[in-house]
Amino acid sequence: MLGLLWLVPAIPFAGALWLAVVGPRLRERAVAVIGTGSIAAATIVSLLIGAQFLSSPPASGAYTQTLWTWVGVGTFQPGIAFYLDALSLVMVVVVTFVSFLIHLYSTEFMHGDEGYSRFFAYMNLFVASMVTLLLADNLLLLYLGWEGVGLCSYLLIGFWYKDTVNGIAGQKAFIVTRAGDTAMAVGLYLLFHNLGTLRIQDLMQAAHDHWAVGSPLAVAAGLLLLGGAVGKSAQLPLQTWLPDAMAGPTPTSALIHAATMVTAGVYLIARTHVVYELAPAAQFAVAMVGILTLLMAGCSALTQWDIKRVLAYSTISQIGYMFLALGVGAWGAAIFHFMTHAFFKALLFLASGIVIEALHHEHNIFRMGGLRKELPVAFWTFLAGGCALAGLPLITAGFYSKDLILWSTANSPIGGALLWVGGLIGVLFTSLYTFRLIFLVFFGDVKTPVSHRPGMTMGGPVMVLAALAIIGGFVKGSFETLMTTALPPFHEAGLGVSELVSSTVAGVAFALGLVVAWYIWVLHPALADQAVEFSGGRLLHRFWFSDWGMDWLYDRLLVRPLVWAATINKNDVIDSIYDGIAAVTTTFYRAASLTETGKLRWHAAWIAGGTVVTLAIVMLL
Amino acid sequence: MLPIREGFIVAGILFTLGVVGVLVRRNLLFVLMSIEIMLNAAGLAFVIAGTRWGQPDGQVMFLFILAMAAAEVSVGLGLVLELYHQFKTLDTDAISRMKG
Repeated sequence: MLGLLWLVPAIPFAGALWLAVVGPRLRERAVAVIGTGSIAAATIVSLLIGAQFLSSPPASGAYTQTLWTWVGVGTFQPGIAFYLDALSLVMVVVVTFVSFLIHLYSTEFMHGDEGYSRFFAYMNLFVASMVTLLLADNLLLLYLGWEGVGLCSYLLIGFWYKDTVNGIAGQKAFIVTRAGDTAMAVGLYLLFHNLGTLRIQDLMQAAHDHWAVGSPLAVAAGLLLLGGAVGKSAQLPLQTWLPDAMAGPTPTSALIHAATMVTAGVYLIARTHVVYELAPAAQFAVAMVGILTLLMAGCSALTQWDIKRVLAYSTISQIGYMFLALGVGAWGAAIFHFMTHAFFKALLFLASGIVIEALHHEHNIFRMGGLRKELPVAFWTFLAGGCALAGLPLITAGFYSKDLILWSTANSPIGGALLWVGGLIGVLFTSLYTFRLIFLVFFGDVKTPVSHRPGMTMGGPVMVLAALAIIGGFVKGSFETLMTTALPPFHEAGLGVSELVSSTVAGVAFALGLVVAWYIWVLHPALADQAVEFSGGRLLHRFWFSDWGMDWLYDRLLVRPLVWAATINKNDVIDSIYDGIAAVTTTFYRAASLTETGKLRWHAAWIAGGTVVTLAIVMLL
Repeated sequence: MLPIREGFIVAGILFTLGVVGVLVRRNLLFVLMSIEIMLNAAGLAFVIAGTRWGQPDGQVMFLFILAMAAAEVSVGLGLVLELYHQFKTLDTDAISRMKG
């Protein structure tokens, strides 16, 4: 059964290929069957493999399947090989399953779009790339999947390319993540140069054997890989692409946020955890990136008016929690939060897609309202997802995973009181912006009439995800046990905060956020407007709304100098060498062509004269 | 036995006359004739050189040159006729459209 592992990336890839070749000629129904069916098949295979893996785990705790050698140059022998352990298993099962639900939802959401088959081809390729990334046995194959994910995000964000804004958003996502990818590529060179292999397991062993704790090489490798991770996972300072990525169709956003893209960075760091254990400085950097991002994105989410941008910032913030968990050494907690986040974030996006479609593509939450009765399915599922996101104590999945992260942060030798408090403030912000969203969209007066109600193919996946967003947290105990087979366990030290205290404080932060949101946006709707009346409030609002001015900063720091340099160097300096050669050639050609007078007698005279001169030279010399 | 020195002088004079004819004459027919003179001058030089070494090669070469000259004249006259059709003149300076 484990031998079927190669099918998990192969089936979606085959689906993408099939749709790319014959898709445009197929009817919508056939495209939907192929596109969703391939992901369904991949999900079934991954579930079967998961069942086999859990019932009779391999002796070494991992299963490797080598298909063929990809490149063979000397000692450099990366293969098309897949590596399955508890970490990649959980990621693959969650990714394929959530992707399947999103695909099913898309069959109705994209109904009637002229790019229907193109959409499903991209989506299938997206899933295939992500699964390749997750299962890769070596960092080169992982990098292939990594770039494939980047490509598909570009294609899908700019899916409605006829609107220039969407194309620009796609390019922004591609270019910004490319900055991180470059750092990652340099990191791969560094690892290969110093350790002589790219197979992840050999690499981790070699790093463990050759590098001392805190050695500069380990820190450099850790920071370079972190560079790749922050690009892909939209963390500080490369998070600016994700809010703009909302230009794509809503199922794409769900796929990017929940399953296929932004969690790649979390996975990369968890996969190369040995490097970070050898480089405490790099690991601390991971934690700092996480805490800063989660706080900054939380503030920004509070000020957005576009329902999808609120969710985008909430994703950045939640990935920040995962980075925080990785940074404090709670590897399992990060993956646990990834899983619950995949459920509730996919749910929130799909539910918001229902809302947006019901209101004629209205994105502005201030023009929504009172949808509680109009769209009961969307309301109850959104409420479930929102509660999981904010961490409603005891009954939602998000509470368990986030609580585990907070508790680990408090008790980690790397973490400590400051990071813990930061995480708790993050909980408060999460609760605030989540319930602001819920109250504005679903409570109050109806502002835009509902024109379209979702069918079962949209409602069904959302309800399944809602159920998972609630019950997904109850597997916490067995999940942690499973994770210890692939990732090092969490080392407890530090404050000695008990789980009960941590949970209670987090619960209080959640409740505080809920009450404040209720007070501001339900009881006194004018209060929020008054806050931005005076200049300080307006400035802060604008600052947060523009994501702490990061886009402005990059515009001044990078884009404008580049454009300026490009303008100055319009006539490329390097090009002038070749232009010069061409100009000299042209001059000589013109001079030579002057002798072509067309006068026969002159030509004959030149020939005769030339012959005489040549003969004279031959005879005299 | 032909006197070599005088023979080559005659050939050289003939050749120079031919060259001068090509260069100064503007009528294409006369240019062709001048070329014939140059060819015959070259042939004469071959014959003289052949007698000097007592070999028949020089006269063989002259026969080749005659054959070549016949071919050249037929092609040349064909071109001259065609040019006259096109330009209604045989003045080489007037026919100077092949400028660089």
